[in-house]
Amino acid sequence: MEARLHPSTQEVWQWLSEVPDPEIPVISLTDLGIIRDVEWNDDTLVVTVTPTYSGCPATTIINLDIEAALAERGVEKVTLKRQLSPAWTTDWISAEGRRKLKEYGIAPPIDGTAVDGVLMKRIDRLAGASNLVIECPRCGSTKTEKISQFGSTPCKASYRCTECLEPFDYFKCI
Amino acid sequence: MSAQALTDAAIDRSALFEFLLRLGDNALILGHRVSEWCGHSPALEEDIALSNTALDLIGQTQLWLGLAGEVEGKGRTADNIAFLRDGHAFRNLLLVERPNGDFGKTLMRQFLFDAWHYLLLKGLKGSPDPRIAEIAEKTLKEVSYHLDRSRDLVIRLGDGTAESHRRMQQALDELWPYTGEMFMADDADMIVASAGLAPEPSSLKAGWDEIISEALDEATLKKPADGFMHKGGKRGVHTEHLGYILADLQFLQRAYPGATW
Repeated sequence: MEARLHPSTQEVWQWLSEVPDPEIPVISLTDLGIIRDVEWNDDTLVVTVTPTYSGCPATTIINLDIEAALAERGVEKVTLKRQLSPAWTTDWISAEGRRKLKEYGIAPPIDGTAVDGVLMKRIDRLAGASNLVIECPRCGSTKTEKISQFGSTPCKASYRCTECLEPFDYFKCI
Repeated sequence: MSAQALTDAAIDRSALFEFLLRLGDNALILGHRVSEWCGHSPALEEDIALSNTALDLIGQTQLWLGLAGEVEGKGRTADNIAFLRDGHAFRNLLLVERPNGDFGKTLMRQFLFDAWHYLLLKGLKGSPDPRIAEIAEKTLKEVSYHLDRSRDLVIRLGDGTAESHRRMQQALDELWPYTGEMFMADDADMIVASAGLAPEPSSLKAGWDEIISEALDEATLKKPADGFMHKGGKRGVHTEHLGYILADLQFLQRAYPGATW
């Protein structure tokens, strides 16, 4: 068989940016910021992925989706490497990803406010621990209230707008 | 020499294995207990929150027991360790195998555990063993949310109606004698602590007391005195409740060895 040139890592990044997140399909894996690295090791493509939550059931599906997307483009040997540290943070969700989330009706996380910046400060009673103001993704009002810190997937919290009265998901900071 | 090799050389591996089993088993048994609420909670939001908490804990179990298997070096996976051990080989605290009781008691157990879990992971985040540090860094974020929620609900139910207050005080009094085990050290704890890999259990007590006392005050609940404390879970001596948990948890792998999803 004729030896094929490897597709460039830049090309691979582009392909991965077209793979949707299985639970929130409006954003891609690269929007989510979970692809940490793409590199060739000889004839094997090594994709480094970081999990969002330890127990997120989408992790397995994400791995399958990455392999399938690359196989479709003719990449035969793929190794998925799990990287825990630095731990994934919502600060890594791209600006584009945040825009798409909002359009879809999910309030995006507020940049730079990952959990150890706010929640741990609140637990440890330190300055800077004030509650965040979450904007309603439907009417834009800031008069919203938290229903539960936990939502329809591990990464979301449940909120309600007290102005337009719609309940909505908030992609919580971690 | 890599940091990992340094750790392996510097410490008795069986003590480290034991320590990791305890971390994994606490998450596994509490995760299983909390998952028993799925579909039975008093409100939809609480059902979702409890299921999410259980899911986080089961995910954390995979990380800790996976590392335990790696340190043990006998080729056991997290699944093997979780599904194919008998009760006496489990190393979880007796607190996490306590029955759920009502919603308030489940939340009280969660709060007493979360405050300790939070402080322990915070200490482990600085562990010189990179494998321990990275799991702690990851899971601490999730556990912060658990603590934030259980603390909030303990306060709201304690300082709620006369009935919710009564139930929360009863839950606290009943669970309190199971909290002492978190701060008791044995040889394995001391080996791991003196190698600098983890905080000494007793060093977490002051911070825990502070988190607990503050919340209980706000909840108008009376903190019980530290009297007799049950122990044994950390060395494999369990209450009768663990057997029932394992019957449920392990049935499938015992009846259909090697079954996969």
